[in-house]
Amino acid sequence: MLQTPSQTVGPYFAYGLVPEQYLYDFKSLADNQLVNPLDEPDAITISGQVFDAKGELIPDAMIEIWDAYNRRFGRFGTGTDAQNRFVFHTVKPGPVDGQAPHLNVIIFMRGQLIHTYTRLYFPDEEAANAQDAVLNQVPADRRSTLIARQTGSGYVFDIHMQGGHETVFFDI
Amino acid sequence: MSELGTNLFDRDVQPPYLSPDYKSTVLRAPSKPLVVIRQSLSELTGPVFGDINLGALDHDLTRNARKNGEPMGERIVVHGYVYDENGRTIPNTLVEIWQANAAGRYVHKVDQHDAPLDPNFLGTGRVMTDANGYYKFYTIKPGAYPWGNHYNAWRPNHIHFSLFGPNITTRLVTQMYFPGDPLLQHDPIFLGVPPKGRELLISCFDLGVTEPNFALGYRFDFVLRGNKATPFETV
Repeated sequence: MLQTPSQTVGPYFAYGLVPEQYLYDFKSLADNQLVNPLDEPDAITISGQVFDAKGELIPDAMIEIWDAYNRRFGRFGTGTDAQNRFVFHTVKPGPVDGQAPHLNVIIFMRGQLIHTYTRLYFPDEEAANAQDAVLNQVPADRRSTLIARQTGSGYVFDIHMQGGHETVFFDI
Repeated sequence: MSELGTNLFDRDVQPPYLSPDYKSTVLRAPSKPLVVIRQSLSELTGPVFGDINLGALDHDLTRNARKNGEPMGERIVVHGYVYDENGRTIPNTLVEIWQANAAGRYVHKVDQHDAPLDPNFLGTGRVMTDANGYYKFYTIKPGAYPWGNHYNAWRPNHIHFSLFGPNITTRLVTQMYFPGDPLLQHDPIFLGVPPKGRELLISCFDLGVTEPNFALGYRFDFVLRGNKATPFETV
């Protein structure tokens, strides 16, 4: 059978896919708390912004995170924060299949007929990152687009759809 | 030995990232080629929603947001199966649904189209496929609406869907269209799909599921990416 073609998530996904985040009267099945930060002493915050080819913030993207180590999923839209940030509360994952710790990131937005996949790696895992087969497949000068920046309270992972810092996207 | 895993996106039916007639792809499409990676447990796992209790009316958009009466518009029932490419049905998988109301207006605050909101219609719901990979839900036929892509641009009637399947490689977000819609041939989002894939996005009128004196029926099947063929052992 032929695959059903993808179509864009469009600009109006929020009340269907992330209703509680956007204050619609419908229960969310997924949110940005992969863990409850109040219950989890090792909780970290991952935040970021999504930029278009002109370097402008994208206010209507939806980001999904899959942590295959802990088998946890999160989903958040960029339309509710004043700086159009996405924010996730999670813990740092362990290694899966001998790879460096990472999170899968799936990106949806108006202007994408089909979603994009990328990975978030951690800057404090230099030794594991150096051995990681996927990172090593990426041209050296683009690897940094996959590695989050450490900040006081967590990690920042910006996504650039195009431009000099264009994020590496994967065909998985 | 062939490699285990899921087939890649079939680029003969899947739309490209850059599709200039759909103007907002120009600034948002990746410009560099995707990096193909070997699938691992990182990709061949994904969220499981099988144990989530859906609301009793999540599958009925004509009833799940009533305030003081029934929503306006033409009641319809949409049903079908979720398959993988190998023709196997996918049980217990989540199907999320959102759409405009009968007048072509979304509840979303960003939608400023000058058409009425319906106090009795939210336009979102969800359903889980059953043990046979079958789903069915009730809704109101969504209206067409204008958008800013080009002069006199109108979206054809459509329902948005989000599906997961067994892992993150099988993730699908798509739109279902209605048979015979004259706007399809003018819609750059629909036409962004290669010709070979377009028919797969158009539902079929289904008299068999049409409910007398109640609702017209439409059939729409989903096909998610399937497992790579496993070779037979040669003796």
